[in-house]
Amino acid sequence: MTLVCLFLPFIAAVAAPPLTRALGAKAAWLLALAPAFSFFYFAGYLPEIAAGEVVTGGYAWVPSLNLSFSWFLDGLSLTFALLITGIGTLIVLYSGGYMKGHPQQGRFFAFILLFMGAMLGVVVSDSFLMLFVYWELTSITSFLLIGFDHTREAARRAALQALVVTGGGGLCLLAGLIFIWNITGVTQLSLVVHQGELMRQSPFYLAALLLVLGGCFTKSAQFPFHFWLPNAMEAPTPVSAYLHSATMVKAGVYLLMRLNPTLGGTPAWEILLPFFGGVTLIVGTFLGLRQTDLKLMLAYTTMASLGLLVMLTGFDSEHAISAAVLYLVAHSLFKGALFMVAGLIDHEAGTRDVTKLSGLAKAMPITFAAAILAALSMGGLPLFFGFLAKEEIYYALAGGDLRSILFTSVAVIGNGLMFALAFAVALKPFLGKKVETPKHAHEGPVLLWLGPLVLAVLGLLGGVFSTVAHRFISSPMASAVEGAATQVTISTIPHWGAPLALSLVTVAFGLLVYLQLSRVRAMMVRLLDALGPGPDRGFDAAIAGLVRLSVTVTRFVQPGRLEVYVTATFILLALTLLVPPFVYGELPALPSFPTDVMVQEWAFFAIALIGLVAVLRASNRLTAIVSLGIQGFAVAVIFLLFGAPDLSFTQFMVETLSVVILALAMTRLRLMPSDHRPFRQILGDAVIAISCGVGFMLLLMKSVEGVFDTRLTDFFNAYSKVIAHGANVVNVIIVDFRGTDTLGEIAVVMVTGLAILALIRVRVGAIKPADNDPDAPDPTPAPAGTVAMSEGARP
Amino acid sequence: MNTLIFRTVAPFLTALMIVFSVFVLLRGHNEPGGGFIGGLIAASAFAIYGIAYGVMAVRRALWFHPMSIAGFGLLLSTLSGFLSIFAGVPFMTGLWIYPHFFGVEIALSSVMSFDIGVYLVVVGAITSIALALEEKESD
Repeated sequence: MTLVCLFLPFIAAVAAPPLTRALGAKAAWLLALAPAFSFFYFAGYLPEIAAGEVVTGGYAWVPSLNLSFSWFLDGLSLTFALLITGIGTLIVLYSGGYMKGHPQQGRFFAFILLFMGAMLGVVVSDSFLMLFVYWELTSITSFLLIGFDHTREAARRAALQALVVTGGGGLCLLAGLIFIWNITGVTQLSLVVHQGELMRQSPFYLAALLLVLGGCFTKSAQFPFHFWLPNAMEAPTPVSAYLHSATMVKAGVYLLMRLNPTLGGTPAWEILLPFFGGVTLIVGTFLGLRQTDLKLMLAYTTMASLGLLVMLTGFDSEHAISAAVLYLVAHSLFKGALFMVAGLIDHEAGTRDVTKLSGLAKAMPITFAAAILAALSMGGLPLFFGFLAKEEIYYALAGGDLRSILFTSVAVIGNGLMFALAFAVALKPFLGKKVETPKHAHEGPVLLWLGPLVLAVLGLLGGVFSTVAHRFISSPMASAVEGAATQVTISTIPHWGAPLALSLVTVAFGLLVYLQLSRVRAMMVRLLDALGPGPDRGFDAAIAGLVRLSVTVTRFVQPGRLEVYVTATFILLALTLLVPPFVYGELPALPSFPTDVMVQEWAFFAIALIGLVAVLRASNRLTAIVSLGIQGFAVAVIFLLFGAPDLSFTQFMVETLSVVILALAMTRLRLMPSDHRPFRQILGDAVIAISCGVGFMLLLMKSVEGVFDTRLTDFFNAYSKVIAHGANVVNVIIVDFRGTDTLGEIAVVMVTGLAILALIRVRVGAIKPADNDPDAPDPTPAPAGTVAMSEGARP
Repeated sequence: MNTLIFRTVAPFLTALMIVFSVFVLLRGHNEPGGGFIGGLIAASAFAIYGIAYGVMAVRRALWFHPMSIAGFGLLLSTLSGFLSIFAGVPFMTGLWIYPHFFGVEIALSSVMSFDIGVYLVVVGAITSIALALEEKESD
């Protein structure tokens, strides 16, 4: 059943395009049932998880490699799963309204649901490989969604950038997970949490940590990898609300929390995480202040919030973990709501520029209400869930030593600025005098305001009924992150103390910035312009450099002359064959001359030799090709005489087809019928050819010199009939014992065929757009160098 | 190559070779033969027909684009591997059934459909290369 719930989004994704074609935007109600069902199913586990149990399940996948498809639900996974499916349900509904009438709405639903399935997979994965596959799948679906509006260049660039950064980080993560696997010997997250001691004492700890951080920091947009996140705002707003604030960017934080019991508690962990998190928090809020676009303001505060989460996770104290947990949940709720509000304003008023929006409160009362509720939570005011998070943050950070003071001030500044930005988004467009907007603004349809309102109200309910929220969500999740049972007790009624004082300072600072927002913004613009271009430009420069490098390398290794390729290949082959035997003294002994050669064997040796001489003496290329065939047939007969009918059979066919295809290729190449190489070149080519031949001869002589190991032969002879029901051992090996190899090989045959077909159609100098009709005749002959190789050859 | 004798013999030769290729394919599990060899024989048969009658004739006779045949073969082979899911055994495990047709026991297996897939891939890929190369010559 859990499996069904995990795959439900994928199933819905497949169903989305036809449903949308049939029902239009109303398909959203139907499609939202899939995540809603999963949500309620997962919610059913709440009491069990709150009681401290974990839910596991799965199937063996590749038992021989100890890989499994297995899931694992504890407080952390369950909270994430609920956020993903719950917010996902609202986002699907919201997309129904937001993308209404878009010609590709079905595709959009499909991508969103695909992402949902992938993200759900990330947070419930128990096995490393499954985690990695889902992790990369979220990167790919994010790429598809950011580039959804693929006719705009900015969207394409942002999509590619996100894919390069997060996909590259994913590879780091894979390497890191393999390190952990090698150090601890387990491949399951549920087991690896108990291996913390082993992990921390390993000499490879730092390497593993850095690689994992590489994956997490890119995914969660930590400085200096943050630049992809604001660019990703090119995506339609439901995507920004869902992927780039509520769920996907939290995957990095999720993994850090998950690995906290394994990797945490070391100086490296407690320095790197708070440092990068703190820098991200400050940089994010500063960059956010200069923006006037609602979505970009929110994007930078998201980045800042992620920084705050990473910072708290790295503190490794019980209160810091509780604070991170509370803030993560609060952030998903209020930021998702605010993004949807921004999209609503954009959708109804036609602009997202905060300086051009004012006085919408009367026109859009429900939106305004949702925005205010979300902003109050984001600002961390009493009664709201955000307040709990903020109190707990200060509770965790406040202290007398230098480190505490430093990070407390970072948190106060960050939170204060986020407070200002929250109200800039939630109040500025609604209050004040009504101004003309590009579209006549009015309240959106229920599909659009339902999502933000529900999320914003949840933020309030979570705060008011904090004991319930703690019991089912916060405490189990904090326990999972901490690796030991933890109780979150913070309540929404303010108690006098250092945290409350810090909260007051934050609010006062935030209010001050909010009131002076336009002046602060101008200041920020000046400051950031003075600092010069950021890593975003660096990314462009790096990509451009990579392209230049690859052009140079390609020019060097591919000069475009077939002769050069062939000569280089064979020289390398000759060296590979000849150098090692001489260097290692592994030359074969001269074999004794066989005495029992039969007369027919002699005859075929002679024919082979005649063929060879004919090739060398042929005055014209066609004759040479056919003579090569003679030689090949003679070899095939020799195989037959020595009892290898399958091999000989194949050799016959390969020879026939090689002659046919080579002859055809030669006629197309429009070479001169005869060979006009100067003598010097002939000499050089002859040396290369003879070296290759001698090299192969030495290799074969050496390999038959030793005693023949019959273990494999015996095995196949013994079991071919018994297990695989076939008497022809060769065929049984091909299709049964080594069937997977054959599957790979025929795929190669197919791809090679396609590549050759493409080469034959290529015209030098003129690359035209792909012709979708494979049978359309090509109007001009192709002079490109094509050498068709027979692909069926296999012993 | 367009002699009268060749043109007269080519259709029969092609038909014979194709029948032979199927024979070689099907007996492959117990006697010399199999998908690879059978595919090569069939590909040569089409090449011969193409040399005698031109590429268009072969394309018409094949009905499908040779690359589609290869693609179908690859799909068939892959699906044969996945059949083992239903039996709850690892990927690519051979499955056998022995139905009786008119009192004769016939061994059918996922291995056999896999081999047929191999045959189709080889036929399709090689034929499409050969035909593409021949094309410019004949017209």
